[in-house]
Amino acid sequence: MSERITDIGPPKYDKFLPPVIKDNYGKWKYHEILEPGVLMHVSESGAKIFSVRGGSGRLVSTDFIKEVCDIADKFCDGYLRFTSRNNVEFLLTDQGKIADVKDACKKMGIPIGATGHSVSNIVHTQGWVHCHTPAIDASGIVKAVMDDLFEYFGSHKLPAQVRIALACCLNMCGAVHCSDIAILGIHRTAPKVDHERLRHLCEIPTTIASCPTGAIRPHPDKAIKSVVINEPRCMYCGNCYTMCPALPVFDSQKGGVALLVGGKVSNAKSPPIFSKLAVPYLPNNPPRWPETVQAIRKILTKYAEGANKYERVGEWVERIGWEKFFEVCDIPFTFQHIDDYRWAYDTYRTSMHFKF
Amino acid sequence: MHKTPLLDQLESGPWPSFIKDLKRVAARKKPAADLLGLLERSYKDKITHWKHGGIVGVLGYGSGIIGRYTDLPEEFPGVEHFHTVRVNQPSGWFYTTKALRELCDIWDEHGSSILNVHGSTGDMIFLGTTTPELEPCFAKLTAKGWDLGGSGSAMRSPSCCVGMARCEWSCYDTMDLCYEATQNFQFEMHRPSFPYKFKIKCSGCPNDCVAAVARADMSVIGVWKDDIRIDQAAVKAYAGGELKPRGGATPYAKLDVQADVVALCPTACMAFDGKTLKIDNKNCNHCMHCISLMPQALRPGTETGATLLLGSHAPILEGAQMSWVIVPFMEMETPYEPFMDLVANITEWWSENGKNRERVGELMLRLGMRAFFKGVGLEPPPQTVKTPRANPFFFWHEEDFEAEAAGRKYIK
Repeated sequence: MSERITDIGPPKYDKFLPPVIKDNYGKWKYHEILEPGVLMHVSESGAKIFSVRGGSGRLVSTDFIKEVCDIADKFCDGYLRFTSRNNVEFLLTDQGKIADVKDACKKMGIPIGATGHSVSNIVHTQGWVHCHTPAIDASGIVKAVMDDLFEYFGSHKLPAQVRIALACCLNMCGAVHCSDIAILGIHRTAPKVDHERLRHLCEIPTTIASCPTGAIRPHPDKAIKSVVINEPRCMYCGNCYTMCPALPVFDSQKGGVALLVGGKVSNAKSPPIFSKLAVPYLPNNPPRWPETVQAIRKILTKYAEGANKYERVGEWVERIGWEKFFEVCDIPFTFQHIDDYRWAYDTYRTSMHFKF
Repeated sequence: MHKTPLLDQLESGPWPSFIKDLKRVAARKKPAADLLGLLERSYKDKITHWKHGGIVGVLGYGSGIIGRYTDLPEEFPGVEHFHTVRVNQPSGWFYTTKALRELCDIWDEHGSSILNVHGSTGDMIFLGTTTPELEPCFAKLTAKGWDLGGSGSAMRSPSCCVGMARCEWSCYDTMDLCYEATQNFQFEMHRPSFPYKFKIKCSGCPNDCVAAVARADMSVIGVWKDDIRIDQAAVKAYAGGELKPRGGATPYAKLDVQADVVALCPTACMAFDGKTLKIDNKNCNHCMHCISLMPQALRPGTETGATLLLGSHAPILEGAQMSWVIVPFMEMETPYEPFMDLVANITEWWSENGKNRERVGELMLRLGMRAFFKGVGLEPPPQTVKTPRANPFFFWHEEDFEAEAAGRKYIK
């Protein structure tokens, strides 16, 4: 046991940096984007690094990683990185090899893009592949949406960058709450209590304690040794299911997709913005979720038509007003759009600044 | 191999198909084949077939491994146990192919060969293995210099943008801070003892490429205090159309300096007379818009450091929050002692006062900013608020009267 290694942390980053980065660390002067997906950074010293950015499914195999390594070995002296949006970047010093990397990516099925005014890769969660509380799949919807918006990945056609993210339930491991377009899996019904299984599988005190809204109480009939749920208090987070498998929160018919729009994290021009509810419910329709794909295309298209230069989705919506956004995008306004949670008052209109 | 008619429909189309990729693994590995079978069932049933539960891990660690089991073990025995291994990523997600191949070999030997590159917090996520494989997998990882990331009520793996490694805007060394913070908080990462999760994200400038303001309890965002550096010759080149806006990343052939830059400046601190761009730097709020549009003409200043913001989290429970400013400017020089000390103070105050599963941002709201600032030993800067309160419900403590009598400001 004395040889067991623990608490060493990850390897230090400098082990993995190409020489051109080591030599010019902190000395970069400016960058250009030579074409969609190809960046050039120029140092004070005149040195240049070229990065070829490609999309990946994020959920990948070791086969995929090894193929990516083959490309980096062949053209990049074995150096590469991944981005915060799950893209892969091949790092080059020889501009002449950009075309070779692009060719190799094309053969492998890796699309090149995700720079500037594009739709970059969709940040997403596990969904049905590996999570216990999702309302929807993640990778499948991402694939369907990116197939549809493919033309925007490898181009700079939009008024600004559009960042899409997906979280498969409201716990939001994907933290989609500040995205231009957020795809959110929603449950719409409280967990169903399986009393017979619960008494064998679950500890009642920990199950009750797991509920963040205090919606779970002991069953009034002590002989039943189970719990009851105060349904109007339930927010469908699935925490109780984490503790107790006899409280499944999912419903094959009622679960589905909501879309929130207009968020951003950058400080450019306007402060960071939360995404707001645009479409409260779309059906859960695998394998390609056509209603979700169409709704996103419509919002993106209307944004591209209506936004000013350099305007993010949220800045466009705030300028035209949400009532106009719903009109332009043909989205019916419902009770669900009106906030009635903790800080709802902040969202009510207290001015005459609205449009008919 | 299971029949997967629904998943097969995700093989076509121009975007990379995870189904095609997973099928390659399924051809050689039973767990991957059963994973596809199980996923097909979810596509048919429209519900998940995973259960949480069962404490699994490696010896001495309380985090880094997440137990996962299917609710259909008889039909899909290959995924009866299908645990997650979080491998702490290197700063900035830079790798060599040698390192990646070593990681792949370990995962081919001890797991499903399926992974996420990367997870939402930043770790490389190995998806799917059994309990007996955990310890040998961990031993091989550490032998090659890797370690597990955080999970549960612990310090989570810090993450960062590319920073000074390949960006001219980074106002401090994000990759180094990320690495040093990860090393400094190894105990807190691997032995969960906080009320809930605690995330650190490091962005080099206010463009915030790792979404620190939205996705980290402690958001470290680079900033400068002095003047934006201007190359007036390059400004002219932009105005004349020789240089393209945003380095060429837009649909627009030419930059209109007045309309696109000056008129969109949120503080109206710029002026352009057709030749020279003037910036009233004292009134700049460092939003990055002008710099992003003219990367060859404008750069952040040289008196640089970071703003610390605290409190963001996804909607559970009180609703989503973004981090808010607690320290407007901190110099960020190795070994980052003021930063490490402050994080330690914050996590201690939070552990002392927080309820189970209460994020630090929620605790700050529950107890109030006065309790927070006093609790962690900070003075309140006016940059903390967008506006002061509009209500008359402000109250006085004995220490305020003492300060008043002593002729001091109230903030001590």
